[in-house]
Amino acid sequence: MKAKGKVFRYGDNVDTDVIIPARYLNTSDPMELAKYCMCDIDQDFVKQVQEGDIIVADANFGCGSSREHAPLAIKTAGVSCVIAASFARIFYRNSINIGLPILESPEAVANIEAGDEVEVDFDTGAITNVTKGQSYQGQAFPPFMQEIISAGGLVPYINENLLEK
Amino acid sequence: MGMTMTQKILAAHAGCDSVKAGDLIMADLDMVLGNDITAPVAIDVFKKLNTESVFDKDKVALVPDHFAPNKDIKAAEQCKKMRLFAHDKDVTNYFEVGEMGVEHALLPEKGLVVAGDAVIGADSHTCTYGALGAFSTGVGSTDMAVAMATGKAWFKVPSALKFNLSGAFRKGVSGKDLILHIIGMIGVDGALYKSMEFTGEGIANLTIDDRFTIANMAIEAGGKNGIFPVDAVTEEYLKAHSDRPYKVYTADADADYDEVYEINLADIKPTVAFPHLPENTKTVDEITEPITIDQVVIGSCTNGRFSDFKKAADIMRGKKVAKGVRVLIIPATQKIYLDCMEAGYLREFVEAGATVSAPTCGPCLGGHMGILAAGERCVSTTNRNFVGRMGHVDSEVYLASPEVAAASALLGRIASVDEL
Ligand code: SF4
Repeated sequence: MKAKGKVFRYGDNVDTDVIIPARYLNTSDPMELAKYCMCDIDQDFVKQVQEGDIIVADANFGCGSSREHAPLAIKTAGVSCVIAASFARIFYRNSINIGLPILESPEAVANIEAGDEVEVDFDTGAITNVTKGQSYQGQAFPPFMQEIISAGGLVPYINENLLEK
Repeated sequence: MGMTMTQKILAAHAGCDSVKAGDLIMADLDMVLGNDITAPVAIDVFKKLNTESVFDKDKVALVPDHFAPNKDIKAAEQCKKMRLFAHDKDVTNYFEVGEMGVEHALLPEKGLVVAGDAVIGADSHTCTYGALGAFSTGVGSTDMAVAMATGKAWFKVPSALKFNLSGAFRKGVSGKDLILHIIGMIGVDGALYKSMEFTGEGIANLTIDDRFTIANMAIEAGGKNGIFPVDAVTEEYLKAHSDRPYKVYTADADADYDEVYEINLADIKPTVAFPHLPENTKTVDEITEPITIDQVVIGSCTNGRFSDFKKAADIMRGKKVAKGVRVLIIPATQKIYLDCMEAGYLREFVEAGATVSAPTCGPCLGGHMGILAAGERCVSTTNRNFVGRMGHVDSEVYLASPEVAAASALLGRIASVDEL
């Protein structure tokens, strides 16, 4: 599985309140949530984001609340992958559980700038910066998480393994 | 090598003799929690699972607290969805408006979590129950749905930071000041993926409410959970609130910790987290320029318990709130509300010029009641001060203890009790 797109670049501690502010959480409709994705940190994000684009951020991306609305909003807005130096833990597991690919790579984060064209290979964790002609290594998932992701998320994984009819 | 307290609880719930940091395990759960924001999403996910019923109707808790009493039509629809699900699946622990409270104050009060439990909740502050010697952590709605169906969740076994506490707080200092101090010291990702284990003879000097406040904010340092050893204080609380048997786990003497911090409680001063991160801490005596405020909120899962209102009432009794400051008092549960009423605090707050609300998360997440306009400042006993957390993106939230919040309410600027 691969992703390719233009980069939106953010800093440290991008929290779930700016990814999707609580004032929009009186719905759980992903399309509705996607309309306000990142609005408190970057008003142009929803106007500019294209299917396949990539978010690159520094440390502790997704800190704050447990709202799954955050990775859902990002995924539904069309983002194919989030690359960060590190992720907040609930955001990390939520992303895996709903099937939003995420990669930790401090090296990639140190070199990628806004607007760069970046390609990600999820099977190997390889990240290619097409604009700059560089490549970086992201951390590949352990086998257990690979299984969840290749099943298509936690729901199909559990249906296949724990709740067989 | 030995195990930490958290690792021991996880090993027992995964049916393993031992686990080590980094292991991926499937653990059995004693309680699964959701609220009116996260449960509706979980209910949609639940419908995609190959099951009709929840794994155990006594081990699921559904609490409408964030936007309840319903703030608007959409919130009403979400609460209704949760109510119908609870009814349909015969969920025992569904708490309607009138019996509900802020979830993390409510569950311990109802005796639904005891020492040794493994608990997940689709709410990041589920880590609160570590105060009782339980493993508890926040997850998302998909995890919650799967847990409601199977009674299980996957975990990566965490490593741990140890906070060795000695001494006792000075007057006017409490658990909130300690946890703000710690977050200021290690940062909002200082405990990322890790347990925060509190130990030492200083623990005996912490009330159970101090411990709830401290464990509640483990997530603000990025922690997976915060946990306290079980002592006489814990056992007294557990016996008063629950009939369920509890189990005491203790860390092995040779358990491995990534870092050990020594903290003397007597060194902690009244501390405030400045906008827009809980790690931006200053002690109140470091504030040089007066910071005027528009609103004060005393409540939430962090500091909305009876002892918090007692502290505030003792400071505000017979005095008046500063002109131009709006003060919101929000007892976290119906029981706390009643206890405050019987103690006479609610009258004293109202006479001082504060307003008292039914239990709700309300302003804590900028949901309803007490939303801030652009440029407004609030001192709040809650746990997050992110950009836009309580309203407009240009508003500011300062996190503090009930003592600092009450003193600030009277003076109209951020202040400690010593300044009164
Ligand atoms: S009081 Fe605030 S932090 Fe606590 S559960 Fe409610 S919204 Fe979350």
